[in-house]
Amino acid sequence: MFSSDFLKTIFGRLTLESFPLHEPIIVATFAGVVLGGVALFAAITYFKLWTYLWKEWFTSVDHKKVGIMYMVLGIVMLLRGFADALMMRGQQAIAFGENQGYLNAHHYDQVFTAHGVIMIFFVAMPLITGIMNYLIPLQIGARDVAFPFLNNFSFWMTAGGAIVIMMSLFVGEFARTGWLAYPPLSGLDFSPDTGVDYYIWALQVAGVGTTLSGINLIATIVKMRAPGMTMMKMPVFCWTSLCSNILIVASFPVLTATLVLLSLDRYMGFNFFTNVNGGNPMMYINLIWIWGHPEVYILILPAFGIFSEVVSTFCGKRLFGYTSMVYATVVITILSYLVWLHHFFTMGSGASVNSFFGITTMVISIPTGAKIFNWLFTMYRGRIRFELPMMWTVAFMLTFVIGGMTGVLLAVPPADFVLHNSLFLIAHFHNVIIGGVLFGLFAGINYWWPKAFGFRLHEGWGKASFWFWVVGFWVAFTPLYVLGLMGVTRRLRHFDDPSLQIWFVIAAIGALLIFLGILCMLAQFAWSIWKREELRDVTGDPWDGRTLEWSTSSPPPHYNFAFTPITADLDTWYDMKRRGHERPVGGYRPIHMPKDTGTGVILAGLSVVFAVAMVWYMWWLAMLSLVAIIGVAIWHTFNYDRDYYIPAEEVARIEDERTRLLQNATLRNPDSPRDQDRPSFGAGPAAPAEA
Amino acid sequence: MPRAMLRSATYRLLPALALPLLSGCDWVVMNPSGDIAAQQRDLVLISTGLMLLIILPVMALTVWFAIRYRANRKSAAPYDPEFDHSTMLELAIWGAPLLIIIALGALTWTSTHLLDPYRPIERIAEGRPVPAHVKPLEVQVVALDWKWLFIYPEQGIATVNELVVPVDRPLRFRITASSVMNSFYAPALAGMIYAMPGMETKLHAVLNKPGKYEGFSANYSGAGFSDMKFRMTGTDEAGFARWAETARQSGAKADAATYLQLAKPSEREPIRLFSSPQPGLFDRIVGQCVEPGRPCGGHGGHGIPGGHKAEGAIQKSPGEKGSGPHMTAPPRQDHAPGVHQPGHPANRDLTFLQPRDHVAAAHV
Repeated sequence: MFSSDFLKTIFGRLTLESFPLHEPIIVATFAGVVLGGVALFAAITYFKLWTYLWKEWFTSVDHKKVGIMYMVLGIVMLLRGFADALMMRGQQAIAFGENQGYLNAHHYDQVFTAHGVIMIFFVAMPLITGIMNYLIPLQIGARDVAFPFLNNFSFWMTAGGAIVIMMSLFVGEFARTGWLAYPPLSGLDFSPDTGVDYYIWALQVAGVGTTLSGINLIATIVKMRAPGMTMMKMPVFCWTSLCSNILIVASFPVLTATLVLLSLDRYMGFNFFTNVNGGNPMMYINLIWIWGHPEVYILILPAFGIFSEVVSTFCGKRLFGYTSMVYATVVITILSYLVWLHHFFTMGSGASVNSFFGITTMVISIPTGAKIFNWLFTMYRGRIRFELPMMWTVAFMLTFVIGGMTGVLLAVPPADFVLHNSLFLIAHFHNVIIGGVLFGLFAGINYWWPKAFGFRLHEGWGKASFWFWVVGFWVAFTPLYVLGLMGVTRRLRHFDDPSLQIWFVIAAIGALLIFLGILCMLAQFAWSIWKREELRDVTGDPWDGRTLEWSTSSPPPHYNFAFTPITADLDTWYDMKRRGHERPVGGYRPIHMPKDTGTGVILAGLSVVFAVAMVWYMWWLAMLSLVAIIGVAIWHTFNYDRDYYIPAEEVARIEDERTRLLQNATLRNPDSPRDQDRPSFGAGPAAPAEA
Repeated sequence: MPRAMLRSATYRLLPALALPLLSGCDWVVMNPSGDIAAQQRDLVLISTGLMLLIILPVMALTVWFAIRYRANRKSAAPYDPEFDHSTMLELAIWGAPLLIIIALGALTWTSTHLLDPYRPIERIAEGRPVPAHVKPLEVQVVALDWKWLFIYPEQGIATVNELVVPVDRPLRFRITASSVMNSFYAPALAGMIYAMPGMETKLHAVLNKPGKYEGFSANYSGAGFSDMKFRMTGTDEAGFARWAETARQSGAKADAATYLQLAKPSEREPIRLFSSPQPGLFDRIVGQCVEPGRPCGGHGGHGIPGGHKAEGAIQKSPGEKGSGPHMTAPPRQDHAPGVHQPGHPANRDLTFLQPRDHVAAAHV
């Protein structure tokens, strides 16, 4: 009926064959996702939740809700990324000799690429950004971030990137290039299909969100601290977040530019990274690592901040060496730009260049080591309560030092020549990313969950999850260290030497243990939500916290603080409690707050359309959506209805309710058993441990 | 003293347990057969040892503090909530890592220069300098999709997927690739170096023990990457000369046409021997100009007339979009997957996907 040229103009290169209906694994997954999606959609419709979700969450500019949405996105994507990990571990555990396993190269290569991209960009980044978003304004005594609309928009761009990458699972295919898409393999000559385009556009859409969120949080920390909170009285988490966001703002534009150059190669026939006509693939590799190395510090620095907060709280002590901690963070921030070449010592740089980058890399271990010692000496003469966040912290300290050690080992260029690209390297960076970033996030989730939702997480499920994760991690990655020393390289789909198989089987068992850890964590969330009344905390300060977020209610009111707190000391809330701080119960004034808007959702939705149109070469749709994005952005600038006042009566109502709850809690439970093993403050009775 | 007995038993058992692990030839990185790789191994061990000087005390202290200062402790360990600074401790915690890194940095600087892959080797093994008259053997290495081509210009031979080298003779590798990045790595011999299209890298090494070893690509390069392996054989000079003679007699010539045929993607290529490689073939591969009539200097040659005309997606009609050479293995001749016969090739690949070209062709 229609000529094929007409169809191709409309649909670009999208044809019925782009749907991988001949792939049983994908079809089954797709069926599962569709059924789950339909069920979710039906449930939301049945319970009439659409309006609630749209009004209270999707369009919300409240940093707390945006933060929670980031966390949900990160956890959902963790399931996808982990499914990829299980598939890889399964394939490598069985594909020996005659057995080719169950994944062909076409599929396996997409799986490991997707695993890396998803875990870094759509798990670690949203979780880190989410926790920063939630906490920074609370810790500095602010009512929201500096640019609330931008915050909502950033989140939806990140979510939009995640949607694009998820689409590649069911329509067309994902990149088969490894997570950094090195050219020439990622060029049009060697990857002509949609994979690399999905990669580029998913990262570009999400990258806008990340960059804007970085700008937003820097402005928030620099400009919106409570009176009295000088830079050197800021909680360490804010310091590490500040440095992390500076890294984001300085490095993500490099990623964006690099991907633009790659897009120009692929779409316009430029020759930046081609083998011929003056192109140079090594330029891409330098550029991508100038972003890529700071990226790992973007992830780990906020985790270091979380550990600092947790250690100090659960040891009941000031953080040891706050000043050196801050300087260590700043030094790491600067040095992280001087080490990128250590990712490719083996590409033929001269000995002096290699040694320079090797030594700068090692130098980073000095401030990092100082941090470890600082946590250690915070424990010294402390009174350590081994609640879940502290358990994660100790597990981190014992795990991360090994990862740090193997990292410094890989920074010795001649050692890197024998270990580069091997499974030893894989074990190393999982050791620091799981043992550092993820353990930190889990400590943070367990620590701040009561703040976000007003009830604790269940301890039994949490401990089960902890042990499965920690043991699973070592069972999964110790074999990879060993295999690396046996000279086994990464990204292999099939092996000939049967003596290696046992190590891969052990690693697969480890992955299954981690899977149980993830399941226990989900069970922990579900159980805690179900039993929330038993786990309820009305004090707003369940751990005897030391920073400002613990001074307000749990969950905090929309406006965070009825009165902007005034800071006199480093551990502000600890200092306030010690001096017998009394919560003001009157004299409220109207509070100026930003208004919610749906523009972020609309802009991000249009960006997804643009990305998909570019992936499939539907040029008309790309142009149309681009015009629409610009149009909506301009239209939004004319929206003057951006703010409102919460009336003083409303504030009084919320605060009085809290006053009543606090009184009830004291009456009902004057000395709960949990409180007895806590240090007491000021004029209280002597510490019980000496008794 | 049951505990002491147990401990001494453990001490006796530990080396016995560790021995098969460490001495097994599987741990090729830890137990290599070439002098360069052996020095790199030593460096791995020395660096690890240096770092353990600080890592082990930190781990021990972590555990000790965690137990000693737990909230429900029975001991009288002090609690000091205001203890947050000590100049001496701060000096120690910055100073101790600094000292380790100074030592490791010095080691890095010297070893990186000594073991620079571009530096001609000066010794065959510990205490055995290279004799004055010995010239290194040059081997040109080309990473193709997905096999290795080795050219021996002095011997006038070439091989696919087999590297034969005389033991104790310095080796000089010149390395490049035909299409995408790979990494040339024979763990028994020396550390890896990337093989990159349009560029040449170098590696100097020496093999000390005769035997058969494995080499492979250590950088992912597409669908056939997993099986991109070569066999490395170490033999004495006489054996090497005999082998070279066999190759010279093989008949197949490694000329441009053969190379272009070889460069097409293929997997699991058997070992093949060639005689009389075309002179200058390696340099033309580096220059991306093996095809007759194509100007050399793909790398750095701007706007060469007759060179590849680059074309981006926007210039192409959608119908022109085919699958690239890296799509997947060639279509299988066998029937449907799942044959009831163990080891049958049709069972090897249960989710085999035909390249889209092939599907499209079948529909036309």
